[in-house]
Amino acid sequence: MQFPILSVIVFTPIMAGMLILLIPEQRKTEVRMAALAAATFAMLLSIWVYFSYDVAAGGYQFVEKYTWLPSLGISYHVGVDGINTPLVLLTGVVMFTGVLISWGLDDRPREFFAFLFILATGVFGVFVALDLFMLFFFYEIAVFPMYLLISIWGWKVTREYAAMKLTLYLFIGSVVALVGALAMYFTSGMGTFDMLALEGAGFSPEFQRFWFPFVFLGFAVLGGIFPFHNWSPDGHVAAPTAVSMFHAGVLMKLGAFAALRVGVMLLPEGAKAHMWWIILLALVNVVYGAFIASVQTDFKYVIGFSSVSHMGLVMMGFATLSSNGLLGSGVQMFSHGIMTALFFAVVGIVYDQAHTREIPKLGGFIKVAPVATFAFIVGGLVSMGMPGFSGFIAEFPIFMGVWRTYPWIAIVAVISIVITASYIIRVVGKVFFGQLPDEFQGHVHDATPLDKVALVLLSTILIVVGVFPSVMVPLVQSGVDNILRLMGGA
Amino acid sequence: MFTGPFDASIILAIFPEISIVVLGGLILILDLILADEHKESLGWVTAGGLSLILLASLAVARPGLEPRLIWGGMVRQDWLSFIFKMVFLFGAAITALFSTGYERLEKRGEFYLLMLASTIGMSFMASAADLIMLFLAIETTSIPLYVLAGFIIRDDKSTEAGFKYLLFGAMTSSVMLYGFSLLYGFAGTTNIYELATRIMAGNLPGAALTGSLLLVLVGFGFKISAVPLHFWAPDVYEGAPTPVAGFLSTASKAAGFAVLVRVLLVAFPAITQQWGAIAAALSVATMTLGNLLALTQSNIKRMLAYSSIAHAGYALIGVVAVSTGVVSVTELGVTSVVFYLIAYVITNLAAFGVVAAFGRVTGSDEIAAYAGLSRRAPGLSLVMLVAFLSLAGMPPLGGFVAKVFVFAAAVDAGLVWLAVVGVLNSIIGLYYYLTVLKVVYLYRSEEDDKPVPLKGSYALALGILAVGILLVGTFFAPWFDWATTAAAAMF
Repeated sequence: MQFPILSVIVFTPIMAGMLILLIPEQRKTEVRMAALAAATFAMLLSIWVYFSYDVAAGGYQFVEKYTWLPSLGISYHVGVDGINTPLVLLTGVVMFTGVLISWGLDDRPREFFAFLFILATGVFGVFVALDLFMLFFFYEIAVFPMYLLISIWGWKVTREYAAMKLTLYLFIGSVVALVGALAMYFTSGMGTFDMLALEGAGFSPEFQRFWFPFVFLGFAVLGGIFPFHNWSPDGHVAAPTAVSMFHAGVLMKLGAFAALRVGVMLLPEGAKAHMWWIILLALVNVVYGAFIASVQTDFKYVIGFSSVSHMGLVMMGFATLSSNGLLGSGVQMFSHGIMTALFFAVVGIVYDQAHTREIPKLGGFIKVAPVATFAFIVGGLVSMGMPGFSGFIAEFPIFMGVWRTYPWIAIVAVISIVITASYIIRVVGKVFFGQLPDEFQGHVHDATPLDKVALVLLSTILIVVGVFPSVMVPLVQSGVDNILRLMGGA
Repeated sequence: MFTGPFDASIILAIFPEISIVVLGGLILILDLILADEHKESLGWVTAGGLSLILLASLAVARPGLEPRLIWGGMVRQDWLSFIFKMVFLFGAAITALFSTGYERLEKRGEFYLLMLASTIGMSFMASAADLIMLFLAIETTSIPLYVLAGFIIRDDKSTEAGFKYLLFGAMTSSVMLYGFSLLYGFAGTTNIYELATRIMAGNLPGAALTGSLLLVLVGFGFKISAVPLHFWAPDVYEGAPTPVAGFLSTASKAAGFAVLVRVLLVAFPAITQQWGAIAAALSVATMTLGNLLALTQSNIKRMLAYSSIAHAGYALIGVVAVSTGVVSVTELGVTSVVFYLIAYVITNLAAFGVVAAFGRVTGSDEIAAYAGLSRRAPGLSLVMLVAFLSLAGMPPLGGFVAKVFVFAAAVDAGLVWLAVVGVLNSIIGLYYYLTVLKVVYLYRSEEDDKPVPLKGSYALALGILAVGILLVGTFFAPWFDWATTAAAAMF
């Protein structure tokens, strides 16, 4: 039997979290060391999975299957393909950098890391799940620690409100999708929750058309789809830095990924019937999100709404149901995850120094924090879709795919690139260049070495994927081919 | 009424009940000979004894796969009753542990004796196959509980709780008894299993049958605190000693469900559609009203009371699924109810245990008093987190799978709308459970530095329950298969 590497990745965080809870409360350094060790371990394993995935062979690899509840056909079934391998890597990287960024957290770090790691287990679990029940199980595990992480360690002004709003939104979405999943289970008559089996269940087109919106939108709530995106900027802003990174970087992918895996892949006929309006919703996301981002004065809200805009591109790529669009979305999920984690890390560093996020009050940070500035600019270029960075690799195919299906939507959507460029350049100009305000002279300092490690790692990944797309594109393409096969070969 | 030669194995079938009587006798004797300062150890004896009985029953008293009527048709030996008996024994043992550290109880010997008597009643409720036996069992369960609810005689609220419980309980019991007598009148038998065939053969008007069913449901509805017979629960839970409130909301409620499922399924196949509709209406009303009223509570025991009303509503979803008449669906329905109750009993005992542990140190049951608890008692807060999230239905805790199975049963029965109502209700539930957790984890209080010491008995019981919640939530296959066996024994 091969080494159960995916299970080890999934359960490392939660085991580490439980062990961390056993460390006495005052020994904060030991808590942090343990957290870092676990995160490093999980990241290394996810890198290993990423690079040892055999693209030529394709399909699901590192598969493990154990029965969980045989009488209802529930199993613990994991495996990765071209779509979720990058997402596992993404989670590993964000988890590692999140721990580095949270090193200075002083209020109950023990509970913080424990909850963060429970969340990480949930995320890993959803990404690798091949069983519908298991997917829900881990999905909910990923949702609820968010409430505590935001409400306890978040920004005092809005944390209670934002945490509750986020949790209720996501919970509503997931339970609605759950009813759809149960309907699938019983309608298939196959008595199994195995998604690979359900792919061949041959649901009637009526059934698919009826349930697709519930399942897709139920998950897409977490992907931030308009008009259910409202929780996300509030949540991002209220969350502490590492949680914002996780939240925007990984959790929103979770929603998009589950919408794809359960909605599109299990109900392909439903997807074909409904995609025309989903692409419109995604268009609103893309353009409206960018517009709102450009008028925010709070640094973190800018990034929060930019996530809404970029996640719209992911949904839009899904909605084309074409090879190009899906490929772009697959890469975009990874690229945006890393990019937004980088953004929130920088925002956190700036806020920790300046104690304000009002853009007009900030300025001149390049003089004190050159690495953070450099990292933010890299993220900004990715965000604008500049060639040479991962954003280009992701967004160009999406626009190509949209162009082929609905040319006029592509034209409208491209406007968002211009708006994105405008707000990124504005933020860079105001916050990092210009004069350092007098009240910050001598008070603000550079990022800590650990922060710099995180920033450099994240920036490097964005550039590597941009310059050498071959490290990711063939992999994602193999996953996309599988989806297209389910769609009827198109 | 014995027919045929005496079969010794029927004594084994009521082994748990006999052992509880023996244990009760032991407690009575110990109560007489122990000095007052040692009386607290009676709780340990009760808990230990009950655990031993539980293990011994698992070892020797398991029923065969073929259910049978014994003791002259009074009692049915099957897996459904057996599993419920184990749940009651577990609940009683945990409650005994909680009561050990609960200083406000006086006359401990009587307290444990009454609790054991009530447990015997519950056991017979789960296995009763005859209307007379059923009524006796229900009264054996209830009368000690009336006394237990009012056990703190120096406390007005407690005595009020006991009295209120007695009055409402007596009233609903008598209505139920009237229903029983009508059923006897129609069918000419008191045996539940014969009722059905007699009724079918007798060609009775559906309206008369539905009428008597409604009367019977008054009594059952009171036991499971289903709307509109729920109103006693908040007052009684608030006033009763907290461990007793926990016992009432778990074991006693589970016993009510055991009876409900058996009687509906066995005695009323002639009017399945009617009781299915009634159960659906009860379910929707119970969970919605319970959840909505829980939102506004400021006292944690009252909030848990409304939450336990709401949970009865979720479990009723499974009962509704039973009414479809298709065997596989019915089986999943019964299974989901049994599984739900197992998860719920463990979870809610933990919730009340935390409240008891907190209340006996601080003397307060106000939600606001829980501010800063995560700093004062991290361990206790963690158990509370586990229990409340399980009540809210979050994985990897028991409440999640339990809810999924109940909703699955509804979808399987073609009642998607009912599953949706349940799902929406669980969102309301999540809101108020999180509100409490927010107070525990987020708010500060002036007493942040005062720890909340945990007694050994509480630490043990809460530890067992927390592990149990996790086990039911993750390794749910054995529990589910158990529940399936119980369901299969119904047919």
